[in-house]
Amino acid sequence: MMPSIACASGKGGTGKTTVATNLARIMAYERDTHLVDCDVEGPNAHHFFTLESTQRSPVHVPVPHIDLSHCDLCGVCSDACAFHAISVLADTALVFPELCHGCGVCAYICPRNAITERPRTIGSVLEATCDGMAFTGGSLNPGEPMPPPIIQAAKKTARGRDYIIIDASPGSTCATVEAVHGTNFCLLVTEPTPFGLSDLRMAVGMCRRLDVPYGVVINRSDLGDGRVEDYCKEEAIPVLGRFPSDRCIADVYARGALIVDHNSAWEDRFRGLLMALDRLLKREVNHG
Amino acid sequence: MVEELVILSGKGGTGKTSLAASFAVMGEREWILADCDVDAPNLQYLLEPTIEEQHPFSSSAIARIDKDRCDECGLCRTHCRFDSIDSTFEVDDVGCEGCGLCSYVCPRSAIAMQPRLSGYWFRSQTRGGIMLHAQLGFGEGNSGKLVARVKEEARQIAQASPLPRVLVDGPPGVGCPVIAALSGATAALLVAEPSISALGDLERIAEVCAHFQVPAGICINRFDAQPVYSDHIASLAKRLALPILGRIPYDEQFTWALLEGRTIVEGDTNRAGKAVRALWQETVTTLL
Repeated sequence: MMPSIACASGKGGTGKTTVATNLARIMAYERDTHLVDCDVEGPNAHHFFTLESTQRSPVHVPVPHIDLSHCDLCGVCSDACAFHAISVLADTALVFPELCHGCGVCAYICPRNAITERPRTIGSVLEATCDGMAFTGGSLNPGEPMPPPIIQAAKKTARGRDYIIIDASPGSTCATVEAVHGTNFCLLVTEPTPFGLSDLRMAVGMCRRLDVPYGVVINRSDLGDGRVEDYCKEEAIPVLGRFPSDRCIADVYARGALIVDHNSAWEDRFRGLLMALDRLLKREVNHG
Repeated sequence: MVEELVILSGKGGTGKTSLAASFAVMGEREWILADCDVDAPNLQYLLEPTIEEQHPFSSSAIARIDKDRCDECGLCRTHCRFDSIDSTFEVDDVGCEGCGLCSYVCPRSAIAMQPRLSGYWFRSQTRGGIMLHAQLGFGEGNSGKLVARVKEEARQIAQASPLPRVLVDGPPGVGCPVIAALSGATAALLVAEPSISALGDLERIAEVCAHFQVPAGICINRFDAQPVYSDHIASLAKRLALPILGRIPYDEQFTWALLEGRTIVEGDTNRAGKAVRALWQETVTTLL
């Protein structure tokens, strides 16, 4: 059993990366831990560690290449492409690589076998170690629209460790789904405001649809109202941590350091979060 | 020609929506509003829309297997690149991209592609004017296409006005929905906050704006919380030749106003409210 825990949130800026990085640090004291940054549109977890033996590899997706000497411009490929990535004109056929999902329909369907697929780089994956902890960070090249292949590539590097912590992107649709899908538990980091509550509801809906067990961390718990607490109570959602607003954490975060390395009260809070998480994971294993 | 201002940030939680709602209130109903964060549509909590129209949104397809025809040959499973058909020949409706390859390869024509409902879009009245907004289903994809739809509807309404203007509250990140929100825009306002994470994300989103040739300006939110990093943002802005259009102080009033469902520029005048007013003036004169 190799538990993987995703840190996610509907709303951005609630503290996902803070929770993921500090939790990973506490966990790595005693367990074989791998932190995977799957927020490939805004990868920030690497700022908080001194990474060693780093290795960056490109991530490719297959895109069609049309051999115009074989193509008779019949247009079957462009009709079949669900993503409008091929346009066949009177005298040529054009490929729009940014729209291509790499499904392979065009190459399969072309009656003249004029289409082959070629790799195209859309981003990269950085692998490294840090004080015994393994680290992977995915990064989508600016201008590229599709994060999922990078997220898949980043997650694939994290096999063989005892514990995997995944830092997901904000939201509740495709990129977040890709990061949370298949994990054993999802920590939903929220804040006690109407924005936080609304986006938490969407993130909960996503976890239920993906059948991933989840719990909530309420960040800046003293800066808002009780509606998030009420919602969690009504829905019987476990609240694993309540973190107060603290100027100290903002300062440490801003300069890219870990709060658990600098402040014993915060180290205790994250140890408490890890214990609460262990209890829930154990329950999931026994019942799931 | 419709003028279109898009508010973006790269990093989530920097204050896009709080600023968009304030701008909407100050815009004296001259702007058509478009909430293009369809993963976490939050403008509604500050502008209290009255929904006038609701439309289902369906843009892609999903594979459906006719079990009476299927002889479980497994060709569809071999070809599917999204691992979305399981060993019992059920389609994973989260993973299915709707490419249709399975339906082409099936030797018994047992697979049909059906339209899928991804979410809804709305046209509403608010105290800041007409607002277009949307909601994706839990864990649904196609956020970029829904963003494009919301923007298109907003533009059409704006076109009928003597001063056609659209104000877009954008999503976090740099991927597909951000590119859709940025596409065809007149200018972008990038909301940064002083931290090492937000700095990296600001550079990425600025690169995306440059890639799509949309002029941009920067606003530093909570600039006084971490003055060192505010200086770093100013240096980055200089290097990228982007104007700094405003600096907003840290103020818990943002949170308290949000809890009351109002914007920072409504109610008692305060330092942050004044800074937001000045930012709006500067944004309109410099970027448009």
